[in-house]
Amino acid sequence: MMAFSIPTSPLPRYLLQLADDQLVMGHRNSEWTGLGPILEEDIAFSSIAQDQVGHSLAFYEILHQTYGLDNPDQTAFNRPENGMLSSWLVEQTIGDYAFSLVRHWCYDQAVALRYESLAQIQDPNLQALAMKLRGEVKYHTFHAQTWMKSLLQGSEESRLRMLSALKEVWPMALGMFEAWPGETDLMQELGSQGDPWYPGEKNLQDLWQTRAMESLASWGVEVEALGLQRLEPVLGGRQGYHSEHLAPLLEEMTAVFRLDPQAEW
Amino acid sequence: MPILSLDPRVNRLQAEEVPADQAPVLVPGDHWPSYQVFHQRRRGEKHSSVGIVHAPSLEIAMAMAKEQFARRGETSNLWVVCTADVLEMDYADEDVFRTTPAKSYRDPAGYKVNDKIEAYKAQQTTP
Repeated sequence: MMAFSIPTSPLPRYLLQLADDQLVMGHRNSEWTGLGPILEEDIAFSSIAQDQVGHSLAFYEILHQTYGLDNPDQTAFNRPENGMLSSWLVEQTIGDYAFSLVRHWCYDQAVALRYESLAQIQDPNLQALAMKLRGEVKYHTFHAQTWMKSLLQGSEESRLRMLSALKEVWPMALGMFEAWPGETDLMQELGSQGDPWYPGEKNLQDLWQTRAMESLASWGVEVEALGLQRLEPVLGGRQGYHSEHLAPLLEEMTAVFRLDPQAEW
Repeated sequence: MPILSLDPRVNRLQAEEVPADQAPVLVPGDHWPSYQVFHQRRRGEKHSSVGIVHAPSLEIAMAMAKEQFARRGETSNLWVVCTADVLEMDYADEDVFRTTPAKSYRDPAGYKVNDKIEAYKAQQTTP
């Protein structure tokens, strides 16, 4: 494994966090291939997983070409665990379908917000990329919302399983918005509209939480009674500290790559 | 005894054989209705029937239709319609169409006008 130094400039670091989240989330979601509760969901999760790995590649390309990181394969597959800046949410094992679905909903709502903001950046390449990718995320959120609504308003069993998954996922979902070094500098950077384009993690979290709570309430969830707002975030991912689930994931994800790290694909 | 299947996905489940007396009983809700999917390639073109999905609701049918029928190539729009809402003719009444192919007078190809057109053209070019 090669030594890896985390970018010190704010923008590439932020992009690396985004890319790592997408890579790990995509890898996890791909684990539903062949195991989905129904055939179409099997296909949907696999298809969303492909999108997510594709998004990570797009960001790794830019990090390679513009910010001097190693090529995408090396960056994705040849990094020590503490060089990965993904959140704890995405590295957790798939659990049952309720867990994966709630995570998918929490995660893609956050990605949608990040792409909305990134679409305001001055760099025309990144702006165009954010505009292109957000269409796919729009479908991801539609898919997640449709199932969330359906299962929260379904039978007593489906409702209870979804509520329990919500409580399990929530602290780690909050962890997606962990503060990171360089964040305040990036918040000063002006976007294409002449305003700062990146609102910072605290503001993103507030917006995400407001939207999530509104959706849950509209699906008949008694948000107050569920006590989500009393849950504390699970932090560490953005600093390279991870749960016990990331190492086995990296082991599996990089197995083929490690057979010959210099191979041309 | 674990289920062994030629399908690796089934084996990956590591499911146990269910004794016959514990086998799940299907109830009507376990069968989802089917929805007809109509796909439009570009704006302004017609929506064409491309197949069906089974789903518990219209919205989920739409999510599934996107995966099944809009994964490749161009798409600008999709419709989903519950199959039960489609009024279908009975194949027993197919005979109402039987004589239609013979009605060539309803088809431009049924008119032999080329001779007349040629004659007209010849007349126009002669001084």
